[in-house]
Amino acid sequence: MVVSLLLYLMFSIGIFFLPKILRKYTSVWIAFLQVGVFSFFLTRIPNIINGEVLSAAITWVPALDLNLSFILDGFSLSFALLISGIGAMVFFYAQAYMKKYAGTDRFILFLTLFSGAMLGMVLSENLIQLFIFWELTSVLSFLLITFFHEKEEARKAAFQSLYITAFGGLSLLAGIILLGTIPGSYSLNEWIASAEAIRESSLYLPGLLLILLGVVTKSAQFPFHFWLPGAMQAPTPVSSYLHSATMVKAGFFLLARLHPVLGGTSEWMYIISSVGVITMFMGVYFAVTKTELKSILAYTTINALGVLVLLMGIDTQLSIKAALLFLFVHALYKATLFMVAGLIDKKAGTKEFSSLGGLARTMPLTFVITSLSALSMAGIPPMLGFLGKELIYEAKVQLPGISSVILVIGVAANILLVAVSLTFIYRIFLVKRTTDKPIPKEDRKSWLLLAPAMLAILSLLFGLFPKILGGTLIESALGSVIDGAGDVKLKLWHGFNDVFFLSLFTVVAGFMLTYLMNTKQMLLKNWQAFNERIVRFSLSDKFLSGVDGFVGFADKKTQIIQHGYHRYYIMTIMVLAAVAMWYQFYASGAQLTINNPGTIPYYMAGLVLVSVFAVVMAMFSRSRLAAIVAMGVVGYGIALVFMYYGAIDLAITQILAETLIVVLFVLVMQKMPRFLRLSDKKQRVRDLVIAIGFGTVMTLVTIQSMDISLQPAISDFFIENSWSKAFGKNVVNVILVDFRAMDTLGEIIVLAVAALGVSMLLKKGGKA
Amino acid sequence: MEIIMAIFVGILYAAGVYLLLRRSILKFIIGILFFSNATNLLVFLSAGLIPGGAAFVGEKSANGTVLTDPLPQALVLTAVVIGLGVVAFTLALKYKYFEVSGTDDLDEMKQEKSETNLKEEK
Repeated sequence: MVVSLLLYLMFSIGIFFLPKILRKYTSVWIAFLQVGVFSFFLTRIPNIINGEVLSAAITWVPALDLNLSFILDGFSLSFALLISGIGAMVFFYAQAYMKKYAGTDRFILFLTLFSGAMLGMVLSENLIQLFIFWELTSVLSFLLITFFHEKEEARKAAFQSLYITAFGGLSLLAGIILLGTIPGSYSLNEWIASAEAIRESSLYLPGLLLILLGVVTKSAQFPFHFWLPGAMQAPTPVSSYLHSATMVKAGFFLLARLHPVLGGTSEWMYIISSVGVITMFMGVYFAVTKTELKSILAYTTINALGVLVLLMGIDTQLSIKAALLFLFVHALYKATLFMVAGLIDKKAGTKEFSSLGGLARTMPLTFVITSLSALSMAGIPPMLGFLGKELIYEAKVQLPGISSVILVIGVAANILLVAVSLTFIYRIFLVKRTTDKPIPKEDRKSWLLLAPAMLAILSLLFGLFPKILGGTLIESALGSVIDGAGDVKLKLWHGFNDVFFLSLFTVVAGFMLTYLMNTKQMLLKNWQAFNERIVRFSLSDKFLSGVDGFVGFADKKTQIIQHGYHRYYIMTIMVLAAVAMWYQFYASGAQLTINNPGTIPYYMAGLVLVSVFAVVMAMFSRSRLAAIVAMGVVGYGIALVFMYYGAIDLAITQILAETLIVVLFVLVMQKMPRFLRLSDKKQRVRDLVIAIGFGTVMTLVTIQSMDISLQPAISDFFIENSWSKAFGKNVVNVILVDFRAMDTLGEIIVLAVAALGVSMLLKKGGKA
Repeated sequence: MEIIMAIFVGILYAAGVYLLLRRSILKFIIGILFFSNATNLLVFLSAGLIPGGAAFVGEKSANGTVLTDPLPQALVLTAVVIGLGVVAFTLALKYKYFEVSGTDDLDEMKQEKSETNLKEEK
């Protein structure tokens, strides 16, 4: 299981090391990997049916409860088979489809990693790990959608899908962490074990909502559905894969995975089923009036996702059984239909209904394949889709309470879906050809045809012999979603009951609607115009302009804060520091106490006076030399203050440093222009006010600080041991060269580096 | 005496801030120096002042038996030396900058930058 994941990673990188001859067939190479993985999972079916749950774990960060842990039960096995099985077909198809594009290797790399991430997600047992794979699929699908990055639309659509799904992903993470506090773990098994506690916790509703936000964004539910039609900008193999077995199904996967933990409450039921109902109807409603193949299919995907979510929301054993069956139904027909759409696009050079028609004669095989799949989509026997639809109706009919609303909307949606499916066949293959475009021929040996053909045949086969699927996979999958689920028996023929009559009504009404739409052109036109008007308030555009607005806001804000004027940055810092300190004084109500006022020797008073005079001089002098000399006077004055208080070493150092600094200043000054009055009077007064405010508060701080007694233990240690251990009487000296010698070494290194820098900068002729 | 020293520290800080807000780079560097001098004094004064009391073992300070706290002195000594390094390096940097740009105005540094950006974009 884990090995298969690693294989995806190795193979995806491996394509760059293939020998030249094989490089043309990279996609086939990956397809074989998919076949291999698919067969591995097939061989696990007997184990799973016997009720085994395979698991594997790798310790990663045990302290954070982050372990790579994988689980293979009936449910994840179903997904794994879909991902690898349909994946294999998609890669075979891509081999033929992508032949003429540049950058195929990059494409195959992303698509392979994408399947790997998807597989990793469905096998995850640790929810944080599941989240990581979840986000990986978002990022990789962004890279796939933006494959034709020269097109602005593709870039926009890709960003839109990334924004929405990544936003949902973050919300999902928040939900997982929130609910993870209840069992104190992110392991799915432990969540299930403490499901009662989670459901009764007050965190349940916020956690559920956060997780649902992740689900509805990923699975393109209303009101986040709009990224999915945009994602058709991707190359067709991607659409085929994303829409059928992967990406958008991730939301449904998570719902079903967490159903044992979060399901069964009325919040779950009402929120999820209402989102599902709206999405289901809206998707197919907009699909009816579309005329472009891929866009029709994208909207029917929204419809199908709505159905899946709705069924999870209805939350009965029957509805979940229906959902699991419908998962297979939809994956099989949607992958096929997208592949066919891509094939027709290749051969006929268009995806528009208006330039198609009459292809049944020249492309008979394509016609058959498309019809089988479209009939499956419409839910017409003997296709698998019929079984799916029957089961869905059954689930809805058996519902108490609000069921009638759901049932009515469901039937209406299905009538529309029948119309969409039949129109799809009719407009491509049967209607009389009206364009003068060259009539395409089909190429029977191409993977473009073989891949969808195999999937269509599977649709038919499972429809005719539903036991292959029902008794095995769906039964064990159902077992992992609900406890103690019974047997699953699927039959094509149920007898004359109310479900049958509903189906019959749906199909007949669908036929009639198709007939009306394709004969009364005016009706269709008006309908299209009406829908266009709704779509004009498109959420997609609103979303994009919102994003632009946000970026613009951030830009403006940055220009205000990051103005690039050095002194205003300093001013901000100083003003804030001064205000903070003033506030601290005010808030603490500190009393200023002056100990030991003492008398001032006249020479010290004189010294301070001279120094202050020099300070003012340095501030306002127009002469550079005067300013520098004044600066030197201040420095020597401070040295004398040090001396007065007996700090001899300090005084010496200060004098040496100050002398050196004055010399340096004079050296540099020679080459400098005279001082100019660069600021006007207003600015100077403002700066002076700030400076005085800062200086006053620092005076207060100084007075306060004299009361603080520093930790005496350290000083006492130095004083006591200075003579006995280091044989030095000058304690300051001993500290520097003995006790803290390493620090002094560091200081010397700093000085040496500064000296190096100075000498390099002053070198003549050196480049700046 | 202490209050006089505290006011002196305040004046030094005020001068430092004022000079840091100048556009002339030379004045700016003097500002750095004043700022660091003021901070050195602040740390030094926080040790508690005893006139003439050197931190020598065996010596007695003028007014009694207490030895001046040696620790702040050691810290300030390090700071003085590092301050020298900082100022020397800043001065050299300014020297080079003037050689290249021919200006002593900090505000022009911003315009220079945006001009070079424009050139790069072109």
